[in-house]
Amino acid sequence: METPALVGPSLALSGILFSIGVLGVLLRRNAIILFMCVELMLNAVNLTFIAFARLHGTEGHVIVFFVMTVAAAEAAVGLAIMLALFRHNQSLDLQDINLLHG
Amino acid sequence: MENLFYLFATGAVISAAMCILRRNPISAVMWLVSTMFSVAGIYLLLEAPFIAAVQVLVYAGAVMVLFLFVIMLLNLGVPASDLRGPMSVAGAIAVVGLLLVELGALWAYTPERLAAEAARTAALPPASGNAVLDVAGPLFSTYLIPFEVTSVLLLAAIVGAVVLAKRRI
Repeated sequence: METPALVGPSLALSGILFSIGVLGVLLRRNAIILFMCVELMLNAVNLTFIAFARLHGTEGHVIVFFVMTVAAAEAAVGLAIMLALFRHNQSLDLQDINLLHG
Repeated sequence: MENLFYLFATGAVISAAMCILRRNPISAVMWLVSTMFSVAGIYLLLEAPFIAAVQVLVYAGAVMVLFLFVIMLLNLGVPASDLRGPMSVAGAIAVVGLLLVELGALWAYTPERLAAEAARTAALPPASGNAVLDVAGPLFSTYLIPFEVTSVLLLAAIVGAVVLAKRRI
């Protein structure tokens, strides 16, 4: 049986998007941008699931559904933490977040 | 279809790169929304229309509005530059370069492996043709318990967000 079309290129695209997300997390210091890069990485993983669902059946779609739910919950809690942090030291620069630094 | 895929893929990569390069958080969010839309288009091409719709509704809609809302609430200015120091930039580029090399190596041997996997799962039950049914069927039978646990997770997230963001309980 022939490989379904677009599976390989989708996996490559997913790898590139994930790497861009990692690059963003490592490069930027703004906590909100960091969060957006995490969302980008989750999206890349979802793309992998959807691509493999073409080989292994549609149950991969259900996993993507769960990942999206967890991502939404994570965004809500994470942004609440951002609000609390901003109230505490008037900045979202990761350089300024050193409460445990001693 | 091939051309359309590469159009969406280029759009996704360019807007993701712009998202991590823009200094202004608002325009970073806008570029990320553009990435989400491109990925949704790719989901359509990969025969997952329901997931594409959920992607647009939940990610591009709800989650990104949440981000925009928080950025505007905090009234973040545009910093001169929030890149880390030169040492960490070099380290980040080294780490990501390594990651890309690993992923490239993975891609080099995938075609045969993908073909082998496709051959092994040739007896895949045909999709019902109903995109919603394909997701909802397993969700309410095989994955019923994870589904219920997810509702508890969402409840915990709601309570957690309220507790964290409130000034005084």
